[in-house]
Amino acid sequence: MAADTIINWGLLALEPPGWGGVLLRGLLNSIQIAIGGYAFGLLLGVGGAFGKLYGGPILRDLMECYTTIVRAVPELVLILLLYYAGTDALNHVLNLVGIGTVDISGLAAGIFVIGVVQGAYSTEVLRGAIKAVPAGQIEAARAYGMSPFKVMTRVTLPAMLPYAIPGLSNLWLIATKDTALLAVVGFSELTLVTRQAAGATKAYILFFCAAGALYLALTLVSNVFIKIIERHSRRGFVEQS
Amino acid sequence: MTDVTPPDVTTHAMAILPEDLPTAGSFFKPHRIVLLLIAAALVFCIVWFMRWDWLPQYLPRLGYGIVVTLAMLFSTSILGFLLAVPLGLVQVTGPWPLKALASGFCTIIRGTPLLLQLWLLYYGLGSIFPQTGIRHSFLWPYLRESWPYGVAALTISFAAYEGEVMRGAFAGVPAGELEAARAYGMSRWTLFRRIWLPRAIHRALPTLNGETVLQLKATPLVATITVIDVYAVISKVRQDTYITYEPLLLLALIYMCLTGILVVAFRYLENRIPTRGA
Amino acid sequence: MQQTLKTIALSLALGIAAAGAASAEPVKVGFAAEPYPPFTSPDASGNWEGWEVEFQKAVCAEAKLDCVITPVAWDGIIPALTSKKIDIIIGSMSITEERLKTIDFSDKYYNTPTGVIGAKGVAFDATPEGLKGKTIGVQVSTVHQDYANKYFGENGATVKEYQTQDEANNDLAAGRIDAVQADAIALDAFLKSDQGQDCCEMKGNVKDDPAILGAGVGIGLRKGEDELKAKLNAAIKAIRENGTYDTFSKKYFDFDIYGG
Repeated sequence: MAADTIINWGLLALEPPGWGGVLLRGLLNSIQIAIGGYAFGLLLGVGGAFGKLYGGPILRDLMECYTTIVRAVPELVLILLLYYAGTDALNHVLNLVGIGTVDISGLAAGIFVIGVVQGAYSTEVLRGAIKAVPAGQIEAARAYGMSPFKVMTRVTLPAMLPYAIPGLSNLWLIATKDTALLAVVGFSELTLVTRQAAGATKAYILFFCAAGALYLALTLVSNVFIKIIERHSRRGFVEQS
Repeated sequence: MTDVTPPDVTTHAMAILPEDLPTAGSFFKPHRIVLLLIAAALVFCIVWFMRWDWLPQYLPRLGYGIVVTLAMLFSTSILGFLLAVPLGLVQVTGPWPLKALASGFCTIIRGTPLLLQLWLLYYGLGSIFPQTGIRHSFLWPYLRESWPYGVAALTISFAAYEGEVMRGAFAGVPAGELEAARAYGMSRWTLFRRIWLPRAIHRALPTLNGETVLQLKATPLVATITVIDVYAVISKVRQDTYITYEPLLLLALIYMCLTGILVVAFRYLENRIPTRGA
Repeated sequence: MQQTLKTIALSLALGIAAAGAASAEPVKVGFAAEPYPPFTSPDASGNWEGWEVEFQKAVCAEAKLDCVITPVAWDGIIPALTSKKIDIIIGSMSITEERLKTIDFSDKYYNTPTGVIGAKGVAFDATPEGLKGKTIGVQVSTVHQDYANKYFGENGATVKEYQTQDEANNDLAAGRIDAVQADAIALDAFLKSDQGQDCCEMKGNVKDDPAILGAGVGIGLRKGEDELKAKLNAAIKAIRENGTYDTFSKKYFDFDIYGG
């Protein structure tokens, strides 16, 4: 390694021998998992929030257990458990139902574990938001004779959205950073490929800083979109200072 | 969305808080008794049918690991909070270079994964040691160890998240209170020490519960830089015995107990210091 | 409504799982997702290269298997195998009694001695006495970890365990540890690198203990997959005999890595 230049920027070039392309593919993997996990978590969250608020006593308690466990156990531990045991258990269940085992790819497993963790978080965020919707609006919808599903899609979900968006946008930022934990199970997302690149070239500081810049850029770009969405969703609300 | 700020909502969604604790009486509902029985049966199956013969051999090490985890948690939370106060303050009143520096620091730390920061500190700094004379300095015996890097990374992360809270807390102290203090003829320093700082900390205290539980949930990351905490001990069990699920289940249980104890302690403290609604 | 929600959630879970379901049959070859030169290391185009990668290609071609490389974390490689995330391990994994309790192995495909390296200018040898009071780094879940714990750890040395070999080498270069025990070939590759040249030197090979260090490196596979095992054994034998093994080995080593 030449000592004359402290930083060898050429290592970040997009084409080999630079590692820029590898890093960007890692970022793409991270974003894919974050989007997939976030969406999966959101669906779990909608189900969880409605279950917690309107479900029977048993469903409500089960949901409470789910969110309590996820909120009390470190993500890293959950990810290991879900990654090794969760996908295994899923296959056992599928076997029992008679669908037969599926071959769960690394990507699907990553989305699954991030989604389960995010699901508990969004359950809590959405539950708070739904409770903030004036009860009269939901009662009025019921009085119109809407089916529970219709009440959900036509009234509850749209009405709670402005209350949920700040929390949900924070969860998105957390999802993007939680993907880094998948490095521990050997999934080729940004943090792991960064470490491989750093290990192969010994330019640790350069690559870790470059990956940090990519994560930061992802956060900042997300923030711009979040601002736009927030402004859009708060139309018609009285501005509170 | 009146008095609850968004970060609070998210923290609550991610960390269990004292108000989530069930009351003792709530367990005596018929369906809960049935559920508890099912849970007991499940626990019995786990204990009976899975392999736990490794446990006695590793108990002392597990105890040591728990102590390390708790030491990491408390030292970094306290240090982080001490760092968060100036970080919050300069963002509210500091001269612009300091303000920009502090808010830039918070943005960068909050915008990147803790795991990456940890690896940058440990392996990044380690890679430049050979080129510097640091091995001959008096700090070397500490820099040689891995825990200082874990403490540093966790402290910085806690400070950045809590610094954001402190900024809001400093800014949120009613102007009237500060004006009243000024009218009393307090000097700037006395005003800060007697009114502004205590009021801001008082406002920020409720957020500490959540942030501390989140900090506990972040501690196992230090195991990736060879600190032997409870997570690392369980990893060792997994590697020694090739048993996967049992150690991980035990680890989840240990963290649930630690979180539970922490939350109960917070409820006790909260009842003694009335902070909510302050 | 609960029913609807449950159905939605379940179908989604299944949908994601099904989307990830690959078409049947390819053999997923697991190896550690970390640089382990000269056996496996990632290159700048995102591919893997090294002696073991060539070995894997040769074996898969010979056995007519459709192999897909699936990098996993080293410390989770056996759970990954038993939970079917991968089908075989080609990851410089030594055949030991302890591992044979959990998984099965093919015949060995290489066997190399175990060495210890340390900082230049500090004289000690790879014996329990030489390493007394020193800190020695090893990779977790390796035969070296077991060996170092038994021979050095119980004789006054501190054994520090790393997730990857690369991290242990790095901490030796940084001066955080005094010595590293590992496969002599892997250590040699490190000593030839820029980083290794500057800092460290070989202190010697350790005394062999076949009960711990095993009888060479084999392909790991799940128990009971005898058909696959037979195929792999035949392939290893074939590439040994038809010269393929020697051809690609010569690119990396100037001696016979297969060992006696």
